Amino acid sequence: MNDAKVYVDVLVNHMKNGKIIPLCIRWEDGEKYRIDQILDVIRAASTKAGGTGIRYTIRIGNTTSFLFLEEDKWFVERRG
Amino acid sequence: MDRTILHVDGNHFYANIEKANDPSLKGKPMAVGGDVEQRHGIILAKTDEAKARGVKTGEALWQAREKCKDIIIVPPNYPLYIRYSRLLHDIFEEYSDKVQAFGLDESWVDVTNSMDCLKMSGEEIAHEIRERAISELGITVSVGVSWNKIFAKLGSDYKKPNAVTIFTKENYKSKVWPLPAEDLLGVGRATQIKLNARGIKTIGDIANTSPSLLQNWLHKWGLFLHVFANGMDTSPVTPTGFEEAIKSIGNSTTTPRDLVNDRDVRITFTALCESVATRLREHGLLGKTVQISLRDNKLFSFERQMTLQKPTCIATELLNAAMLLFKKHYRWDKPLRSIGVRAMNLVSEHTSIQLDLFENEEKRIREEKLERTVDNIRKRFGHHAILRGMLSEDKELGYLNPHDDHTIHPVGYF
Repeated sequence: MNDAKVYVDVLVNHMKNGKIIPLCIRWEDGEKYRIDQILDVIRAASTKAGGTGIRYTIRIGNTTSFLFLEEDKWFVERRG
Repeated sequence: MDRTILHVDGNHFYANIEKANDPSLKGKPMAVGGDVEQRHGIILAKTDEAKARGVKTGEALWQAREKCKDIIIVPPNYPLYIRYSRLLHDIFEEYSDKVQAFGLDESWVDVTNSMDCLKMSGEEIAHEIRERAISELGITVSVGVSWNKIFAKLGSDYKKPNAVTIFTKENYKSKVWPLPAEDLLGVGRATQIKLNARGIKTIGDIANTSPSLLQNWLHKWGLFLHVFANGMDTSPVTPTGFEEAIKSIGNSTTTPRDLVNDRDVRITFTALCESVATRLREHGLLGKTVQISLRDNKLFSFERQMTLQKPTCIATELLNAAMLLFKKHYRWDKPLRSIGVRAMNLVSEHTSIQLDLFENEEKRIREEKLERTVDNIRKRFGHHAILRGMLSEDKELGYLNPHDDHTIHPVGYF
């Protein structure tokens, strides 16, 4: 199975102009992470986890990572 | 002014989508194959690694395994392929409003009028689409660019994967004409044999044969091929999605076990007719002709059709016609391996229909309403939420869900 792909719960702000802004992620272990900044939004394929979606480049603390919106689900790429 | 038309072809479309979705498949020989349990055991698409080992599209899964012991075969996931097809279309539509799908994995894009405002040449647009397919979807496409649809399609096939080929009025005689005749759209197996027998081996040979001679050999089709081979095809890129331009709606299935009596056939036809009827209603169409196709366990197959008194989208009426045809034309010499039903001569549901004084029209309306209600229940709760009692008689045959399982159809060029 593909365990590089981790689906996560995301707290999202749906703006009235149609934009979708993720605010907070809950990781598999239940730990919550607040998204400090969104650096980029683009449609992209995930080379590590597979699949495609709207890719948010997000900053949490000092680390940047990708958060994908795949149709109606969110996933991140597992590090490793 | 000459047109600029792109033809974009998704390379090994199904297999590459599977690879794009599961990075662990990368670099491994892998193929998408029909379900062995359900006996649709053939290779539908394969990766380059599998191709290098001699695996061919259309061969049986066991043949593929013989050549390539470690091949990974995954079952087809049509909803996923449809999603990727739609995403590719979204990209095309950023460059032109004239996008015509040809199956799930091929499309023409007419960019004649977009080049000025985008300040890009056809070649630049082709490369940008190719790059975006990789970065945004993770799949490769090859693109042909030419002034007509036929050569554009030849171009996407000329160099792949992940390439752009341009056929211009300056280079087509040196690049297109040496290609084998069977590469040309419209030259199938039978036509190829006829042409080869007369010494016509290349597209150039077709182009330089007199139209009257070609017409003599191949009738009207010969004239088309002459036009195609000379780059004189002027047919427009007509905006259609892959689900449109429907000429007929049909479903067929290879059943989990051979069918041995009328009851088996009736059960299977019931499931197929329900699916055909649902799809007719989804598209707002009525069928005037019903066709059945039968294939026995020695793989001999044939088709029979009849015209209905009234065009219909009611499963019961399709089923009655199918069974009538079946009983008239099949004598049970051999068990059946696969059967199909097709509604043809489609008309819009808004067409006026001659009512019948002696038939109970109210009953027809009630039946249609009932079936639409079943459609809604299935949309909300899944296909198996509501089934005809008949289908529960034989779990193996009756569990078929043709509507969701196979709704992909190749479309004709005309």
